[in-house]
Amino acid sequence: MSTSTSFNRLTPYVFLAPAVIIMALALLYPLGYMMYGSFREWDPSQAMGESTFVGLKNYITLWNDPNFRESTLVTLKFAVSVVTVEMFIGVGLALMLDRNLRGMSLLRTLFILPMMIAPVVVGLIWRYMYHPTLGIFNRGLKGVGLESVDWLGQHALLSVIIADIWQWTPFIFILALAALQSLPRSALEASRIDGATGWQQIIHIKLPLMMPVLIVTCLLRLIDAFKVLEVILVMTEGGPGLSTEILALRISRTATEFRELGVAAAMSNYLLMLLLFITVLMLIYNRIMEHRAAKANRMIEEAH
Amino acid sequence: MAVEEKRQHPGFYAILVMLIIMAVGPILMMFINSFKLDVDIISGTTGLLFMPTIQNYETALCDILPYELDHLDFCALKFGGAFINSLIIALVSTLLTLVIGCMAAYALVRFRFMGRDTASATTLMVRMVPPAVLLVPVFGLWNNEFCIDKASWLGSLIRDNFGGRGDVCLAGTHSGIILIYVAMNLPFVIWILQSFIVQVPRQLEEAARMDGAGPFQVFFKVVLPLIKPGLAAAAIFTFRIAWNEYLLASALSDRDTKTVPILIVNNMSEFNVEWGVIMATGMLLAIPPIIFTLFASRQIITGMTAGAVKG
Repeated sequence: MSTSTSFNRLTPYVFLAPAVIIMALALLYPLGYMMYGSFREWDPSQAMGESTFVGLKNYITLWNDPNFRESTLVTLKFAVSVVTVEMFIGVGLALMLDRNLRGMSLLRTLFILPMMIAPVVVGLIWRYMYHPTLGIFNRGLKGVGLESVDWLGQHALLSVIIADIWQWTPFIFILALAALQSLPRSALEASRIDGATGWQQIIHIKLPLMMPVLIVTCLLRLIDAFKVLEVILVMTEGGPGLSTEILALRISRTATEFRELGVAAAMSNYLLMLLLFITVLMLIYNRIMEHRAAKANRMIEEAH
Repeated sequence: MAVEEKRQHPGFYAILVMLIIMAVGPILMMFINSFKLDVDIISGTTGLLFMPTIQNYETALCDILPYELDHLDFCALKFGGAFINSLIIALVSTLLTLVIGCMAAYALVRFRFMGRDTASATTLMVRMVPPAVLLVPVFGLWNNEFCIDKASWLGSLIRDNFGGRGDVCLAGTHSGIILIYVAMNLPFVIWILQSFIVQVPRQLEEAARMDGAGPFQVFFKVVLPLIKPGLAAAAIFTFRIAWNEYLLASALSDRDTKTVPILIVNNMSEFNVEWGVIMATGMLLAIPPIIFTLFASRQIITGMTAGAVKG
C-alpha cells in the first residue's frame, strides 16, 4: 500500500518531467546562453569558452550602427503597416460576413489555406507573381496598356507588405468572426428594439464588446509580424539595398555571413526586448479595456 | 433568420466570389504552373491551353524515382531525399510533442499544481520568441555543447559505426532538428490540450481506477480516446510548424539532413530560376498542409480561436 501511494504522489512529476526537461534544455538554456554570448566577441568556429568577454561593446556598436537602425525602422514599418491594414480588412470582412450563409464553413476553409502553406512557398508564389515579365501583375498592366512596375525593385517593401496581407488577413477575419458570434445576443436584440441602425450597432455595441478579443488578436499578429523571415528571404533576400531587410533577416545574416555571433546575439536581445515591451504594453491596455467592456456590459443589462 | 438568408444582395455574392478567388487564386496558379514546361510558362500562354506534363515533378524527385528519366542526364536537384528528411522530422517531432505534451497537460489539470495560467503565460512567452532569436544560441549549443566526447565509449561507438571526425554532436542530425521543434511546440500543445482534458469527466477516471487500472492505464485507455479532437488540432499545428520551418533547420542540418524548404530557398537564390520545377517542389511542400486544411478545418479553427477568444 505504501509503495502505491508514494507512486501516486510521484505520478504528476513523472508525467511532467519529459516536458520540463526538454523545454529547459532546448528553450530556456539557449535563451540564457544567448544573453551570455551577447557580451562576448564570438566566432562560429569557437566554443563559448574560447571567446573573449567584451562587456557591452556589441550593444553599443549596434546602437551606433546606421544599418542596424535602418533594419529596425524597416521592421517597425513592416509590422505596423501590415497589422493595421490586416486589422481593418479582417474586422471589416467579419462584420460584413457575419450572417447565416450556407457556404460559410467552406469559405473559412478556403480562407485559411494561405496561412497553412509554408512561408517559403508563399514567398515563391509571390515572387513569381511580381516577376517583371512573367508575373501576373505586370502582364495585367501590359494587357490594359499601362507601364509595367518594378515590384520587387523600387517598391520592394510595399510588395512584401501586400504578400503578408494576403497571407494573414484571414487569421484576423476568423478570430474576429469567432468573437462576433460569441457576443451576447441580448445586447444586440435590445439595441435593435431601441431602433439602432446597423452602423450604430457596429460602432456602439459590437466593436466595444469585441475589443478585448481584438486586442489579443492584434497582439498575436504583431508578435508574428516580427517573426516573418522566409517570405521576405525568398522574395527579395532583404534587398534592394536594405529596403526590406527586417531584423530577423539581419540577425541570420550577421550570424551566417558576417560570422559575428556575439553581435547577432546582442541584436536578438534587442529584438526580444522590443517584443517584450510591446507585449506588456498591450496586455496592460487589454486589462483596462476589459474593465470598461465589463462595465458597459453591466450598464446595458441594467438598462433593460 | 431564414427570411434574412434569402434576401442577400446579389452584389454580396459577387464580393464573396472575388474574395475566394483572391485567397485561392495564387495557390491555384502555382498548381497549374507546376504542370507546365518552362517554355509554356515563359511564352505567356496564360490560359489553360497547354499540354499538362508531370515532367517537373519527375525532375524534382529524380533521386528517388525507380526509373531513368529521358529529359535529364544528371540528377542535380535531390528533392526526394529532402522530402524524406522533411517527413521523418515532421512526423517524429509531431508524435513526440503530442505524447509529451499530453502527459504534461494531464498532470497540470488533474493534479492541480500551477495549472492553466502557468501554461498560458508560458505559451505567450514562447510565442513571443522569434525563431531568428533562437538561431544563434541553438547553432552554438548544438555544434559545441550538446556533444558526446569522441573519447567516451558511447562517442567512440557512434564514431566507429557512422564515421566522421571530431565529437559526436546534435547538429547535422535529424534528432537535433527534432529536439528544437518539440521544445518550440510544447507550450502551445500543452495549453490547447489542457482545455480539452478539463472537460473529461472525473467519474470516468475514478471508475477505471476502481477497476484496478494504474495512472498510466487510466491516461492511455480512458483519457486519450476522449480528447481526440484536441489531439487532432494540436497535431496539425505542430506538424505545420515542423514541416514548414526553414531558418533553424538550415542552421542545424548538414548535406544529408536538408529539408525541402532549405532546398527551395537555395534554388530560388540562383540566378536562373527554373520556374516549372520550383513550383512543382513548392506544390509538393504545400500538399500535406492543404490536405489537412480541407479535411480538418474545424479543428484548425478551434486551435486558432482558442488562443484569443477564450484565453
